[in-house]
Amino acid sequence: MPVREYLGLARVNGPLIFIEKVKDISYNEVVEISFGEAKKFGQVVMINDDMAVIQVFQGTEGLSIDKTSIKFSGKPLEIKLSEDILGRTFNGIGIPIDKGSEIIGGEYRDINGEPINPAARKYPRNYIETGISAIDGLMTIIRGQKLPLFSGNGLPHNRLAVQITRQARIKGDESERFAIVFAAMGINHDSARYILSSFEESGALRNVVTFLNLADDPTIERIATPRMALTAAEYLAFEKEMHVLVILTDMTNYCEALRELSTARGEVPSRKGYPGYLYSDLASIYERAGMIKGRKGSITQLPILSMPNDDITHPIPDLTGYITEGQVVLDRELFRKGIYPPINILLSLSRLMKDSIGEGFTREDHPHIYSQLFSAYSRVQEVRALASIIGEEELIDVDKMYLKFGRAFEGEFIKQGENENRSIEETLDIAWRVLGYLPKDELTRLSLDEINRYYTRRTDEDMAEIIRAVSAGKKSRDGEAAP
Amino acid sequence: MSEKMKEKTGKIYMINGPVVKARNTTGFIMHEVVKVGKMQLIGEVISLDGDDATIQVYEETTGLKAGEPVTGSGRLLSVTLGPGMIGNVYDGIQRPLEVLREKSSDFLKRGIEVPSIDFSKQWPVEVTVKEGDKLSGGDIVATVEETSSFTHRILVPPGVSGVVKEVRSSGRYTVDTVIARLDTGKPGKDAIREIRLFHSWPVRSPRPYEERLVSDEPLITGQRVIDTFFPLGKGGSACIPGGFGAGKTVLQHQLAKWSDADVIVYIGCGERGNEMTEVLEEFPELKDPRNGKPLMERTILIANTSNMPVSAREASIYTGVTIAEYFRDMGYHVALMADSTSRWAEALREISGRLEEMPAEEGFPPYLSSRLAEFYERAGKIKALGNGNIGSVSIIGAVSPPGGDFSEPVTTHTKRFTRCFWALDKTLSNARHYPSINWLTSYSESIDEVKDWYAKRVNKNFFSLRDEALALLSEDDRLQQIIKLVGEDVLPDDQKLTVRAAYLVKVGFLQQSSYSNVDSFCRPEKQYEMLRIIMHFYNRAKKLVSKGVAISEILEGGLLSKLSRMKEDITNDEYEKLKDIEKEIDSFFDKLETR
Ligand SMILES: Nc1ncnc2c1ncn2[C@@H]1O[C@H](COP(=O)(O)OP(=O)(O)OP(=O)(O)O)[C@@H](O)[C@H]1O
Ligand SMILES: [Mg+2]
Repeated sequence: MPVREYLGLARVNGPLIFIEKVKDISYNEVVEISFGEAKKFGQVVMINDDMAVIQVFQGTEGLSIDKTSIKFSGKPLEIKLSEDILGRTFNGIGIPIDKGSEIIGGEYRDINGEPINPAARKYPRNYIETGISAIDGLMTIIRGQKLPLFSGNGLPHNRLAVQITRQARIKGDESERFAIVFAAMGINHDSARYILSSFEESGALRNVVTFLNLADDPTIERIATPRMALTAAEYLAFEKEMHVLVILTDMTNYCEALRELSTARGEVPSRKGYPGYLYSDLASIYERAGMIKGRKGSITQLPILSMPNDDITHPIPDLTGYITEGQVVLDRELFRKGIYPPINILLSLSRLMKDSIGEGFTREDHPHIYSQLFSAYSRVQEVRALASIIGEEELIDVDKMYLKFGRAFEGEFIKQGENENRSIEETLDIAWRVLGYLPKDELTRLSLDEINRYYTRRTDEDMAEIIRAVSAGKKSRDGEAAP
Repeated sequence: MSEKMKEKTGKIYMINGPVVKARNTTGFIMHEVVKVGKMQLIGEVISLDGDDATIQVYEETTGLKAGEPVTGSGRLLSVTLGPGMIGNVYDGIQRPLEVLREKSSDFLKRGIEVPSIDFSKQWPVEVTVKEGDKLSGGDIVATVEETSSFTHRILVPPGVSGVVKEVRSSGRYTVDTVIARLDTGKPGKDAIREIRLFHSWPVRSPRPYEERLVSDEPLITGQRVIDTFFPLGKGGSACIPGGFGAGKTVLQHQLAKWSDADVIVYIGCGERGNEMTEVLEEFPELKDPRNGKPLMERTILIANTSNMPVSAREASIYTGVTIAEYFRDMGYHVALMADSTSRWAEALREISGRLEEMPAEEGFPPYLSSRLAEFYERAGKIKALGNGNIGSVSIIGAVSPPGGDFSEPVTTHTKRFTRCFWALDKTLSNARHYPSINWLTSYSESIDEVKDWYAKRVNKNFFSLRDEALALLSEDDRLQQIIKLVGEDVLPDDQKLTVRAAYLVKVGFLQQSSYSNVDSFCRPEKQYEMLRIIMHFYNRAKKLVSKGVAISEILEGGLLSKLSRMKEDITNDEYEKLKDIEKEIDSFFDKLETR
């Protein structure tokens, strides 16, 4: 294809440029924009007769109407891939920024990918043990799942993501190859450095591919960043048979870039000014997680997003929740109480865990324990609401027991150290221990068999004793106390 | 005139996402299927204006150029109806995804055309007409054992009639074999009409029927809160609104598994790929409780997931309902699930936006409500054309309101056009009370129509018992407001009992885990007995409490835990054993009373 170059623009509007009297333009093709020494990239987003609308990834700052020249490439936005991308760092549109060499060899891939044929998917069934009780016990992550962290400003989502990444393992799978693809969108340098240095400490850095579009990088590039990352992930997973964990942070910044573009294009906005196609657009990212029949690798997605004003009904978390296979919600209230990880149990959910827990996977009592903890903890919330009105003393006895259970559940089950790695058996044992605060009759979700096997009624004194013993044991085992 | 010469070709001049405009298209017809560009993408004409046509393209348009051709096909967007559909998984425009996978790759490539049903497979055909028979639309000309549990009835297409001039004998044939030739009595080239094992039907036109009937038979779903509290008639329509994670899909899957329909059409419209995979992996393993055959042998899936093109998502609903009507016309009861109609409405919105139409509420086009009405109108119980069999299409649509707020346009309009409203409640699902159907805000307008059926088949007191239980629950709701302010302790004993009994109804009866081996499906007889026994316990307890017996004595008898576990402890087949629990209740209370 002959390279076509045009000089001069018809109009510039926000991140968009309009160019006229062009021929043979293809929808979504990439263009190179030069103005003096500066070079930018853009993509055709609309064609109308001999006019084309181009979104400019680096913003239109510094472009002039008459002296800007546009070179059409005839190709959609692509990234060059080979196994050499492991350990490398790219900017938001896939250009290496780590002083390493160009990616040699390799092949170009359209970053928009192609949808996985639903009939080719393999249903994910391998659970990932993260060593975090709240997650393993109540929202088990499955390899091939997309499970976002819903967070808020100042909440420890990065610490949690790092802990998950460091501790995650699959039983009996030591031989398989793992990789992490990390895409930063609009986050600050400190957060990015924190996450990257944690990869380095754990020795994982060799197997990490990093895409960085930080807070001071061009906004519109963010539209391409997650797609770059996922194209790399698909390559590693489905061609190189690796198990890939993709961390996308912060999806809220991505959505804001999309809103900016949509506004510039004069589209009819939907809720809060976001475009009506936000759902489909997000789906084109999140649905790239999964497994495929007859192929060995997998893509597990852990997107992180901050909920504006901690509002879970805001379009970004809302539409994300409608697409992903559950969510892990962080809670400011628990965080203030000093509980790490501050996971809001009742709002969190893993939709894929049901087929991958219990006998043959985790432990046979897991499904019922799961259901019992939820039902008991939601009762705790009711009792707390009541206690705040009538006072704790006025509660009936059972309700008082629920309050005790609630405190133990948060303080012992949910709360754990940032370096504490609990096995699933430990997690379930702690669950039984805190359920010991409730009388047998209340445990309607558990079978009588399970109760006979695992349940012991606890009093406060017993509990204090156990906790002392356990933490003493821990100290001698790990040489460090759980914070 | 040859087919080729009839082909019209226009020229693309505008490309905006899935919407393309072309010039020089005089001769194109509305809703005609067209091939777009050099890549031969599949599209449909959605508006005509002078020499211009607007086309929605069912495949990703990246790489398309202005100036490329658009070629007409002369046929409307249609489905191919015949043996070979059952057990299949299609995209939104009826392309079989398994075949696409074999032909291309695990990822969806563009511009690939494949037949919707297998044209090479030989089917065992039992011909049921003879020379000289006078036939018209809807008459059955042959039957095909499509699966071990499903007989496909081959129909004369609606609008066709004539006298059988030639007919094949029974045997094994492919779907495009001419089974019969009808003498139509018309002049010229229409004089003879060939009947094959399949025919096509445009998806946007409802198929005709003889007459509409009252939906007086319930669609039994095995889900207690539905069958007992808010039943749906066969041929009725239901709306399931709920925020993310509230349980819409699990409920739709439950209905697809257990409801007593002959054919299930499940449309995954703009939802997750893994949810389709789950059905594909699970249904062949699951057995239909009525005949022990794999559930996949009565199921058709349409999977246009959220990452597949939005315009095909728009079409998927029509593809699904047209297929459903076709089976209805054979005299079958079809249940159609659409998950989620909100994604379909969003597809409408997106296309409308690209057309720069004037938006109405929340950016949706003004015709949203009429499109919804037209869709739900295609539900119904009918007497079929020609063969006179009774068939039905029940439509159950999930709605995904933004922020879980039911006052948004898709929920409010859907509510107007459906007869059952199963409102999923986030508070319940957060507490893991499933199905999270709210018993106070949900309703069914079918109860009067299906009453007699329940009276005859289950028990004549079925609905009076249900009303009693609902009254208990709404009294409980009132008391809960008080409890939230002052605690349970201050309530008098009779009210405490109400709260405890209502709790029993919620936990012991309404909660039903779809993952339980025993309780995933609950037959109506068991439903009735369970509720009867719970209410029996309540009524006997009430009597004692009014005589001054302390409520603690009643609650400590160990019966509560038995009653809340009976759904798991007693299987569907041995539901009569529930009577033993009743005996225990009686002897417990007899003892207390004679003290
Ligand atoms: N009847 C049920 N029994 C047991 N668990 C259930 C039931 N219904 C829902 N759940 C639980 O709730 C989760 C979410 O349900 P589901 O996927 O149906 O939600 P949804 O309303 O379809 O959400 P979305 O709109 O995001 O698709 C399930 O993964 C399951 O854990
Ligand atoms: Mg769903």
